[in-house]
Amino acid sequence: MKITLMEAAKVIRSKNAGPFTLTFDILFKDENYYNTFKEKQLLTKEIMAEAYKCDVDVIEEIIYFDPSKAMKINIHRPIASGDVGERDVYGAQQHVPLTKLEFEI
Amino acid sequence: MSRELRILAPTAILGYGFPEESFLKAIEKKPHVISVDAGSTDPGPYYLGVGKSFTDRQAVKRDLELMIQYGLELKIPVIVGTSGGSGAKSHLKWTEDIILEIAKEKGFTFKMAVIPADIEKSYLKEALAKDKIIDMYDSIPLSNEEIDASTNVVAQMGIEPIVKGIEGGADVIITGRAYDPTVFAALPIKEGYNPGLAFHLGKILECACIASEPGSGSDCMMGYLHDDDFEIEPLSDERKCTTLSVSAHTLYEKTDPYRLPGPGGLLDLTHTKFEQVTDRRVRVSGSVFHPSEQYTVKLEGAKSVGYRTVSIAGTRDEIMIRQIDDIIEAVKARTKDNFRNKEMNYKINFIIYGKNGVMGNWEVIKEPAHELGIIIDVVGDTSETANTICSFVRSSMLHYGYNGRISTAGNLAFPFSPSDFSCGEVYNFNMYHLLKIDDPTALFPVKMVTVGGEQ
Repeated sequence: MKITLMEAAKVIRSKNAGPFTLTFDILFKDENYYNTFKEKQLLTKEIMAEAYKCDVDVIEEIIYFDPSKAMKINIHRPIASGDVGERDVYGAQQHVPLTKLEFEI
Repeated sequence: MSRELRILAPTAILGYGFPEESFLKAIEKKPHVISVDAGSTDPGPYYLGVGKSFTDRQAVKRDLELMIQYGLELKIPVIVGTSGGSGAKSHLKWTEDIILEIAKEKGFTFKMAVIPADIEKSYLKEALAKDKIIDMYDSIPLSNEEIDASTNVVAQMGIEPIVKGIEGGADVIITGRAYDPTVFAALPIKEGYNPGLAFHLGKILECACIASEPGSGSDCMMGYLHDDDFEIEPLSDERKCTTLSVSAHTLYEKTDPYRLPGPGGLLDLTHTKFEQVTDRRVRVSGSVFHPSEQYTVKLEGAKSVGYRTVSIAGTRDEIMIRQIDDIIEAVKARTKDNFRNKEMNYKINFIIYGKNGVMGNWEVIKEPAHELGIIIDVVGDTSETANTICSFVRSSMLHYGYNGRISTAGNLAFPFSPSDFSCGEVYNFNMYHLLKIDDPTALFPVKMVTVGGEQ
């Protein structure tokens, strides 16, 4: 069965973690979705790099957090918060490419 | 029965406000301290660089009036962290002035501790030479030139200077840049509570009701700290804490939910447990603080990179929209050519809403919208340069004769007159490093002030 991340998650958000890092939180709708994504490691650094058209090495470790049925991904910001050429000082609107990702579960 | 220390967090950021009803409910529960975080790097480097607050003076005064009035009544400390938004000297002075004004108007008398967090440039250069500054990002190398270029440099203090203020008998404590959880954790750690639990509770309380459902950055949250756990509950009946809302907040704005580094050590949440106690209250246990061998504090600095002028316009013409990228390039080239004999340093940055305006290169939808918002953003080495270039780019774009044009009267719809806005100086973060220190209080001198009374 194919499913988009938007269908599996109830929260998909991005935010600054300091001025140089964007952090993405995905809170899954239920334990099943969370466990499937965690056990099969469905969302990889490579998929993330493809979605955001960036180098794999600027994506940090993907972390699973059981208490929130959540996963977290960090990207070193291409432009630091507030630098000339910035589009999103708080980094709060960079989540959308994640929502469109499709996974076979 | 285990002892209990109650910590009231009225609002996520001083000046974001809170319902008086929630606040008075909290006061009835006899908190031992009222703490609030007043700052963040999130609004960008401008506020640190220029030394102004991103919160409004009237709003900050309103929050402080209630906090100080009831803090004095209950004889408990009121602690404000990262005063004025960024916690540099002018931010601290701004907050101090507001408090002096409140005291005068209300006839309050109290002792106040004022704790600055500015770091001297000579100290930084010496620390750099002695390898006491650690890079966190290769992208911002530190040098003596960068240190000189920064307008404000602050370090995030730990709990130790705040503890000194409490021990000095201060009724009100205002700090410069402080690690967000410290204003909540300082009193309990001084009282001998588990620092892991105190810091974790502080991490959640710093955003007040953002950790509840529905979340809010402008409502009161109470933390109940015990020897082996803490509990957390919003004051408004309309909100509740759930294991999910509280644990999810642990993720918020942090890179790693299990390991949260701060001044003097690491908060380790590997074995943290979240339990629902009532339908509105959550209990947390198992959080551990590991002190580090070497005490470090995070440095934040900002420098000016020029002056900005912005023009805002829109287009609804599909012939133009189809060619927008080419038109932008042509206008940039026209501008460069026009001023080629002038010594002007500037950058032109177009932000096109309706075509990658928010996502830039990360945009997944390539088709532009039927109308586009156009922001011409010019940063020049002087305000005059920025004005000149922005004005020229705007007029060139307005009348640019692109292929197939039928709208020969003008290409842009301006919502405002004047069309161009001079925005003043532009800053960037040029320091975001760790500084090794031996004495956690030496860089943050505690000044005791008597406010009000006979002077």
